[in-house]
Amino acid sequence: MGIIDNINKLFDHRIRLGIMSILVVNDNADFNRLKELLNVTDGNLASHLKALEKEAYILVEKQFIGRKPNTSYSATKLGKAEFKKHINALEKLIRKK
Amino acid sequence: MSEQDYLKDISEIKNLMNRSSRFISLSGLSGIFAGLYALAGAAFAYWLVDNSGREYLILDGKVFRLVMLDLFLIAVFSIGTAIYLTTKKARKEGVKMWDSSTRRLLINFLIPLVAGGIYILIILNQSKYGQTGALMLIFYGLALINASKYTVGNIRYLGLVQIILGLICAIYPGYGFWLWVLGFGVMHIVYGTMMYIKERKK
Repeated sequence: MGIIDNINKLFDHRIRLGIMSILVVNDNADFNRLKELLNVTDGNLASHLKALEKEAYILVEKQFIGRKPNTSYSATKLGKAEFKKHINALEKLIRKK
Repeated sequence: MSEQDYLKDISEIKNLMNRSSRFISLSGLSGIFAGLYALAGAAFAYWLVDNSGREYLILDGKVFRLVMLDLFLIAVFSIGTAIYLTTKKARKEGVKMWDSSTRRLLINFLIPLVAGGIYILIILNQSKYGQTGALMLIFYGLALINASKYTVGNIRYLGLVQIILGLICAIYPGYGFWLWVLGFGVMHIVYGTMMYIKERKK
């Protein structure tokens, strides 16, 4: 039953999983880039980002580029570790069959 | 969640990782064209030097300037064709051409290439011609390897081949011209053809 323990409930959603997939292979990504890659609406994306931020899986940085506000997201060490655990668990589950 | 869902998750993760971090591959045809331009340019340079009455190139001669123009045109045509064909391919596959992964690819490709180009111009100004072919091959190879981390496809191996040819060229500068032809002409065509066949199979 150890395998199931590692399945992270927080990643049980397509968009949250997508956000993490992008952030583990990129140093950071801004809101629009995530939106474009995941093909979701602003509100939808924002709420999932908030959920991940609350667990400290991602880091949010707000800054201004010129006059435009820009929010950049990156995965924290914890987030990367949890994501890896989740993926390993998924793999094991599939392989076990 | 069922097993099907987990499988779907995994493929979705893979897809997003690739799409977000790697530039779509350059079209194989652009490699073939780059090779053909290089061969045509090399033939022209060969003809020029052959008809100049001298066996070697000297700086500030008319022939030298023409060879430089020739090289410049090869580069412009190759890059132009690559951009055109890759844009077309990107549109067909419904992916965006200009995003942060493209920028990253270009920047990382250009760093070794521009550094090498400037270096070659500097030593040419110091009248050291012998290693030009070798340096072009080596720096181009390094640029390809550096860019390979940001694109799908096997330009890493193309880069390795160019570096090896460059090193051979450094030992035998007398064969510089032929090694250049082999690296920039033949290798591009071979690589482009391999990519093209792979694209077709999909």
